[in-house]
Amino acid sequence: MMYDRILVRYGEISTKGRNRNKFIDRLRKNIKRALSDYPNAAIKAERDRMFILLNGEDSDGIGEKLKGIFGIQSFSPAIKVEKDLEKMKDVALELFRKIHKPGKTFKITAKRSDKTFELDTNGINSEFGGHILRNVEDLKVDVRKPDINLQIEIRKEAAYISAETIKGAGGLPAASGGKGMLMLSGGIDSPVAGYLTMKRGLEVEGVHFFSPPFTSERAKQKVIDLSEKLAEVNGHFALHIVPFTEIQQAIHKQIPENYTMTTTRRLMLRITDAIREKQGGLAIITGESLGQVASQTLESMYAINEVTTTPIIRPLITMDKLQIMDIAHEIDTHDISIRPYEDCCTVFVPSSPKTKPKLDKVQNFESFFDFEELIQRAVEGTERMVLKPASETVDDTMNDLF
Amino acid sequence: MIYLDNSATTKPYKEVLDSFLKVSEDFFGNPSSLHKIGGQAEKLLQQARSQVARLLNVKEAEILFTSGGTESNNLAVKGIAMAHRERGRHIITTSIEHASIRNAMVQLESLGFEITYVKPDGNGFNSADSIKREMRDDTILVSVIHVNNEVGTIQPVKEIGSLLKKYPKAFFHVDFVQGVGKVPLDFYEAGIHLSTISGHKFHGLKGTGALFIKEGVTLSPLFSGGNQEWKQRSGTENVAGIVAMSKALRMTFEHRKENLNQMVAAMETLRSGISQIKEITIHTPKENSAPHILNFSIHGLKAETFVHALEEKNIYVSTTSACSSKKKAASKTLLAMGVPLSEAESAIRVSLTYSNTVEEAEIAAKAIADTVKHLSEVVKK
Repeated sequence: MMYDRILVRYGEISTKGRNRNKFIDRLRKNIKRALSDYPNAAIKAERDRMFILLNGEDSDGIGEKLKGIFGIQSFSPAIKVEKDLEKMKDVALELFRKIHKPGKTFKITAKRSDKTFELDTNGINSEFGGHILRNVEDLKVDVRKPDINLQIEIRKEAAYISAETIKGAGGLPAASGGKGMLMLSGGIDSPVAGYLTMKRGLEVEGVHFFSPPFTSERAKQKVIDLSEKLAEVNGHFALHIVPFTEIQQAIHKQIPENYTMTTTRRLMLRITDAIREKQGGLAIITGESLGQVASQTLESMYAINEVTTTPIIRPLITMDKLQIMDIAHEIDTHDISIRPYEDCCTVFVPSSPKTKPKLDKVQNFESFFDFEELIQRAVEGTERMVLKPASETVDDTMNDLF
Repeated sequence: MIYLDNSATTKPYKEVLDSFLKVSEDFFGNPSSLHKIGGQAEKLLQQARSQVARLLNVKEAEILFTSGGTESNNLAVKGIAMAHRERGRHIITTSIEHASIRNAMVQLESLGFEITYVKPDGNGFNSADSIKREMRDDTILVSVIHVNNEVGTIQPVKEIGSLLKKYPKAFFHVDFVQGVGKVPLDFYEAGIHLSTISGHKFHGLKGTGALFIKEGVTLSPLFSGGNQEWKQRSGTENVAGIVAMSKALRMTFEHRKENLNQMVAAMETLRSGISQIKEITIHTPKENSAPHILNFSIHGLKAETFVHALEEKNIYVSTTSACSSKKKAASKTLLAMGVPLSEAESAIRVSLTYSNTVEEAEIAAKAIADTVKHLSEVVKK
């Protein structure tokens, strides 16, 4: 292709008054990291748009990368031309010929922020439209649903010609809006919840409860693999592995069976909250979806949520399982999530957990035992690992095998 | 040694053997075992699957490992026939398939299926139209070879695939054994539901292969047992062989990038050298055939005699496909193309890989010319 730059349009960033520069800077850094395989590409950020100057790098490859970056509404590969009508027409035609196939329809969309240009938008439309119709065979105009929308934009410094607008991932630039702790079980829902939260600009760290020997190394590995997928967004993902065996045994001994699930969740939340505080986070994220399982009924949430006043973000709360699975497929975590290993949520599940636990009852059961010390120990024993994206991790001994 | 029988089998890459040995020694666990040793083996299996899927541009869950091309072909054809026989019992294939398809079809015939064998044109191609003419309401499967193993013609699977999109009841299986790593094929684009590859045809080990099964396609397993491979293929996974195959596939793709031109030039040298020998007729068409296979007949000479004569010069070629060459049967593909029996019986196949050089091709072309001359003189006396 003859493109020399990619025009990137910001999503909601543009509405953020004074924080705008911070957002744009964050986005620029995120793009730069994502394009590390394209060292010659240069990023020029402006107030209302961004240009990626290709400098010979592959525009298709860069486009693929851009599609996954939060904070981009859309982008268009483009060519910069001198504001000379004849030169512009030549470039427009050449570009058009490269993407045109017989039988296609097109229209011209002109934009003119430089009002000193010799033609107005209507003039540009008819001048370029006529030029292309005269020179390309088997072509019709369709202003409503064209196959090709040739965009000509006249700005002060130059004219830009592009022919495609590619949809971006939307959202806000990753890690531009504070930090939250994601309770990551290894199931289908929690990675999706983490992903959607990251999409709104939060930096997310995972918290996983590990109960050997009741749960296996493979269950832990599964969560690590999921974390490596989530790491694709920011280039890294921190995962906290909480030793949970002791607590689960204490719960089992201390709490009536049909309330063990409720207490387990309450304690997990308390531990997550303590880790959050240590890490300077301001929110907890869960993959809960109303009514999906016993711990996710409204009564359960009421009884569990009571242990903290920290905001709990539940991106999936009103979603159906199928919707969640669709997203899991899209972000490529589904197949990891369905690997069949026991996690701490499944091993200790009582045969008939309370779907409508009472808060006063659970408080009463817990009052006979001091969990605080166990919680402290679990938090102190928590292992923090920082994971790289799966696509970047190189396990040397393993890799030699492949 | 000049080895020009790469469609029969290839020499495993050294690196592939290293992987096989290391996995067999250090990661011998059963992927189904719960403990760490099993877990490591399972991880290797997963990684191999993801690598094969990535190289073939499909999803991980769409790759099923088997013991090779024959099993994959049998699983595809019989698996679909058995699982969907209530829908219809008509199957279309071509008369230029590998024996593992041909004989699976014969077996299905004895089980009450009706098989239509489409004949190729004189150049060895089965057009989408020729398939279309045989399509019926009860057709449940169309199975077509991609690169024919004897002659090297590339069947128009993309066109056949797009034809079949109009027949939602029919599944489309493609035998990709000779094509993989040599002639690119996009399974999704071509509307393929099942596709076979075999490890030892691209410098992996014998006893390894895979079947692509598009998401949502169900088939009936051939083996009953421990329900490995998504319950479609029971039997403890050949982890070492599978890892070795995934490596071989990666390396083959890399070699294609680096050495395709060299192989094409070697083939060109062979073809132009051989075409000057008046006793020889070349059967492989110049257009739309794979870059690594050349099939030709030598008038008045027995193919077997010729193979042994070249062998004396340390050059290794093949009569027809290796699987049937011991039976001294004439090439089925050539007969289907309408080549006379005497000519089909004297057919020789030369098949290259990326390490074959132009120099080797020059030596081989000259050796073929000399041998033809020498043997013809003997025969005349």
